[in-house]
Amino acid sequence: MIRLLLPLAALVLLAVLPALVSEYGLGLLIGAATYVTLASAWALFSGQTHYVSLATVAFYGTGAYAVAVLNEALPYPAVLLCAALAGAAMALAVGLSTLRLSGVYFVIFSFGLAELVRQLITWYEVNVTGTLGRYIFLDVTARGIYWQMLALGAATIALSAWIGRGRLGMALRVIGDDEEVAAHSGINLARSKLAAFVLSAVILTLAGAITSPRYVYVEPSIVFNPTVSFLTVIMALLGGANRLWGPALGAVPLFLAFEWLSAHFPDTYPVLLGLLFIGVVFLVPQGILPAAEKLLRRRAEA
Amino acid sequence: MKGISRRALLRAGPVGMAAAMALAAGAQADDATVKIGYAVARTGPNATGAGITTIPNYELWVDTVNKAGGLAMPDGKRRMIEVVEYDNRSSNEDLVRAIERLVSQDKVDLILPPWGTGANLAIAPLMARFGYPQLAVTAVTDKAPDFAARWERSFWMLGGGHDYAAGLVDVLSQARDAGTINAKVAVVSVADGFGIDLISGARPAFEAAGFELAYDKSYPLGTSDFAAIMSEAQASGADSFVAFSYPPGSFGMTRTAQTMGYNPAVFYVSVGGAFPIYPGVADGREEGVMAIGGVDAGSPAIRDYFARHEAFAGKAPDSWASAVTYASLEMLEQAVARAGLEHGALAKELSEGTFETVVGEVKLEDNQLRDLWWVGQWQGGAFRAVGPSGREGASAPVIPKPDW
Repeated sequence: MIRLLLPLAALVLLAVLPALVSEYGLGLLIGAATYVTLASAWALFSGQTHYVSLATVAFYGTGAYAVAVLNEALPYPAVLLCAALAGAAMALAVGLSTLRLSGVYFVIFSFGLAELVRQLITWYEVNVTGTLGRYIFLDVTARGIYWQMLALGAATIALSAWIGRGRLGMALRVIGDDEEVAAHSGINLARSKLAAFVLSAVILTLAGAITSPRYVYVEPSIVFNPTVSFLTVIMALLGGANRLWGPALGAVPLFLAFEWLSAHFPDTYPVLLGLLFIGVVFLVPQGILPAAEKLLRRRAEA
Repeated sequence: MKGISRRALLRAGPVGMAAAMALAAGAQADDATVKIGYAVARTGPNATGAGITTIPNYELWVDTVNKAGGLAMPDGKRRMIEVVEYDNRSSNEDLVRAIERLVSQDKVDLILPPWGTGANLAIAPLMARFGYPQLAVTAVTDKAPDFAARWERSFWMLGGGHDYAAGLVDVLSQARDAGTINAKVAVVSVADGFGIDLISGARPAFEAAGFELAYDKSYPLGTSDFAAIMSEAQASGADSFVAFSYPPGSFGMTRTAQTMGYNPAVFYVSVGGAFPIYPGVADGREEGVMAIGGVDAGSPAIRDYFARHEAFAGKAPDSWASAVTYASLEMLEQAVARAGLEHGALAKELSEGTFETVVGEVKLEDNQLRDLWWVGQWQGGAFRAVGPSGREGASAPVIPKPDW
């Protein structure tokens, strides 16, 4: 019971928070909520299966682009629905053709995907529409964006919890441990991986769609910024990618740390990002949450 | 480890209190400063552009104003400028948050814009909501009139892609009418924002002026081998070679043309052609190359500005957007001296006033700077404005360009 009540109380608290903070505070809340959502959605697929995906921004950017293209033609909820469908369709096509790849091949492919989508959109805009930048003039307030993102983040974590308890979660965990064992024990590998990949992609796409009204101007080089993919991975890894709350636990402090760095060490941010990446992989390869659990267990034994 | 002793604490107490009091006194003196904030790209893909055009000019201007005793106010008093700066990491998400931070956390008096069209558009709704004037300098957009109308306190100062394309066509038309070049042009364009704007403006303008596009090709951003498209352009029989390019392309095509001995009567590149490093890229053979932008290199104000920029930043400014950026800061300075820091009055003064700047006397039309140089040419070691030819300070274009 307490496992359900505590997150719900936290959610209510987070939902009323905008009334108490400044514009900048709200900006921080949006950023933190976005990265919690991205990292949790990433972990939904990659955390369990150990298929490290660098395609986050391919979906995130597609969401933003969908809003840019459709925002004047359709009402807002329909725009979000179209963005989600676009993300799902893309994930299906990509998933069917690539989830047979494993290990480093999948990582490289997923990284290439963001570049591929970006070049396709650029080609289309140059040769068909003859313009590259698009504008988003939507009357969505910062608070509105925050509440939507909070809802999406909460839904992602709830979905992860639900999947984790069911057959799909079990299947994904076995796949992550050993694919051959999984295949021999009768798990439909392709279907399980594809289901998780598409779910994760739909959430990533929606996150991109929800934040896009904040930039007004959309261009492939702006929305397909590979840093988003890297940040998402490192946040999830730091917290613990195969724990329910791990990605959120990694995302919030890292996001705040980067914000602080950009104000105090504006020139050295990429260097510090690189060092942090190395540090996380070396020092807490499993993430903070599993490391802490291990420490507690050892204490209990001693 | 030893704990902190009580004696040490007792000793530390008064020191801490003195420090706190000093801090409080500092805060009081701060009231007399003018807080100016900006969030520019120190890292990421936009850092190059911001590092050439935006940041050195902001720093030079703040340094100049503070050395003169501060910003003059309408009551004749001077207040020193205090800068609050953030890195936007070339990400619009971080940029938007940084602007919110400047407004609600740092409570700055004025905000200077970031570098780039996308970045300026990203902050425009926020700036409008908070009421801050926005002098969008490094934003080249054909939609400037719409934006100026949409956000009343926004000012657009670098024209649009169609303006630059039409300006170039104008210069070439005069050369063709004089019989120095034929009516064929070879055009290549980068498949990215500005290149697309320029080519989509240039195609109809060239056709309306009676030119034939003997060669018209776009290349993807990141292309580094131009030999194939350059030799096709050479084979097209056009006297004019026009590249709507970004700096890597502008530099690469210059070198390729030199290596293959391609000597069109007109050799035009876009962004990067007016950079101070261009003569170095062209191996000292830049004479006659045309590019986007230009300055009235003969004017004393520009010469003085170039000298000050070089002394302060260690390098010359670029001959396109740098001078306009600095001019926008001078406008801000003069508008504050007349109207003060209240944003409404300040925006009104910027919109209606006339200002003395390094690019000459400036008066905005519908919140846009329209008195701009569209085409320039390297002549005698300086990048001089050649178009519009009727404007005071324009040099006559040298066509045909001397061989490499």
